[in-house]
Amino acid sequence: MRTFAYERPTSLGDAIALLAEHGPEARLLVGGTDLIIRLRDGSIAPRTVVDLKRIGELDAEIREHDGGLVIGARTVMTAIAADARIRRDYRALAEGAAVVGSVQIRNRATLAGNICNASPAADTAPALLVYGTRVVAAGPSGSRIIPIDEFFVRSGVTTLADGELVTAIELPRLAVRQGSVAVRRTRRRGHDLASVTLACSVGADGVTRLAYGSLGPRPVLVSDETGLLADPSAPEEGKAQRLESLFSSASPSPRSMRASPDYRLAMLNVLGLRAVGTAIERLAAGAG
Amino acid sequence: MTVSPEHAPATARPEHAPAAASHRVAFTVNGRARSIDVAPHHTLLEVLRDDLGLTGTKECCLVGECGACTVLVDDVSVDSCLMFAVEADGSSVTTVEGLATGGRLHRLQQAFMDTGAVQCGFCIPGQLIAAQALLADTPNPSRGEVEDGLAGNLCRCAGYEQIIEAVLMAASAADRPGGPATIEGPARTTPTGDRASTPDASVAPQ
Repeated sequence: MRTFAYERPTSLGDAIALLAEHGPEARLLVGGTDLIIRLRDGSIAPRTVVDLKRIGELDAEIREHDGGLVIGARTVMTAIAADARIRRDYRALAEGAAVVGSVQIRNRATLAGNICNASPAADTAPALLVYGTRVVAAGPSGSRIIPIDEFFVRSGVTTLADGELVTAIELPRLAVRQGSVAVRRTRRRGHDLASVTLACSVGADGVTRLAYGSLGPRPVLVSDETGLLADPSAPEEGKAQRLESLFSSASPSPRSMRASPDYRLAMLNVLGLRAVGTAIERLAAGAG
Repeated sequence: MTVSPEHAPATARPEHAPAAASHRVAFTVNGRARSIDVAPHHTLLEVLRDDLGLTGTKECCLVGECGACTVLVDDVSVDSCLMFAVEADGSSVTTVEGLATGGRLHRLQQAFMDTGAVQCGFCIPGQLIAAQALLADTPNPSRGEVEDGLAGNLCRCAGYEQIIEAVLMAASAADRPGGPATIEGPARTTPTGDRASTPDASVAPQ
């Protein structure tokens, strides 16, 4: 691994100044579970690594705010998967966080890092999309909110501007009761990257949101506002057709070694139908 | 190793460029306060093995898939290949060498021997540390909880049955009156990244 200058700022202002000073030659470090792999394989070779873990304004807390939750930039997957409020109200996110990597990875990997890495297969991305999550970013010109659906561009690329970093992730207050779930397809049980990852929420207002990943350059959000998918008594054939049309823009890569495009598309529809069923059951049970 | 052209450094610097000063890391390793100068790009794994001579922790996949390098940092299990040593400044680190106390094997080590879980042995330090973290959180795990808790630790000898059996045996041994001591060390609380940089004063140097 090529060496670098290690910086450990203690304030957000200092971190932003370091980013401004070093530009693309600086990389941010929190959990490091993606960064260190890329430093080691030589795919990146920054001159400066900025460790954000001693910055007072960036915490590892999950706080209640305005009827929703705010997840600090240093919050790790283990904490998200275990949080009682997330498990109750944003269950798909708890389920997505619980399957990232292994125990060891989840103890270090952060949600903020997961979204900034912007992998199309990120396990937490579909859940964040169905909940209408907001990303809080800070940079030289202050702080701004980026809706998560406008955050992802493609693998490794987000709409963060040069010199900006993520300070928190906001789960908004849910306007109506919802049932939600995250599911995925992997080659084997346990530690694996997903061939298909999907989250679904069904609202008491009849709106169903589905988001899927690993089937194109970025995770994709779609929604059904006709009430068909949310209707517990609607026949499955009709729902399957509706899902197929909602998923029509899925474009899995033919080059991936994890699964063929045909298999991914077939599993997307299977998982979609199952997830809708589970979300309806959870909504009926008042189970988030 | 492949380096995509757009990421290849235009002017490659020598491995140890002057820009990268060494950093003093003060931490506790297996109960003993240590202070050591490290290069910023040296991982905790490298420093434990090469600078501190603690070669029980194994280097294997270097991408966080195999778990052979698992150690506890502030009682939380991590892959030490995916953490820079400088990040451990102020932390308390436990390696496999820290499990046995007073010349007696830890009950997990004894259970691994009793069940024949140790085949070639290479993955065992990581398995033991991952099991230690699991039992600190979940003293009486189900078989499924053991499988999930050790999912980040691969065994190429495929000794999984015996490893799972050993962890269950160690857990039940802790329940028996007069059985071996409970899992040493405090149970994990919040898995935050690193804590403040104050050296752990509660653990006296040996």
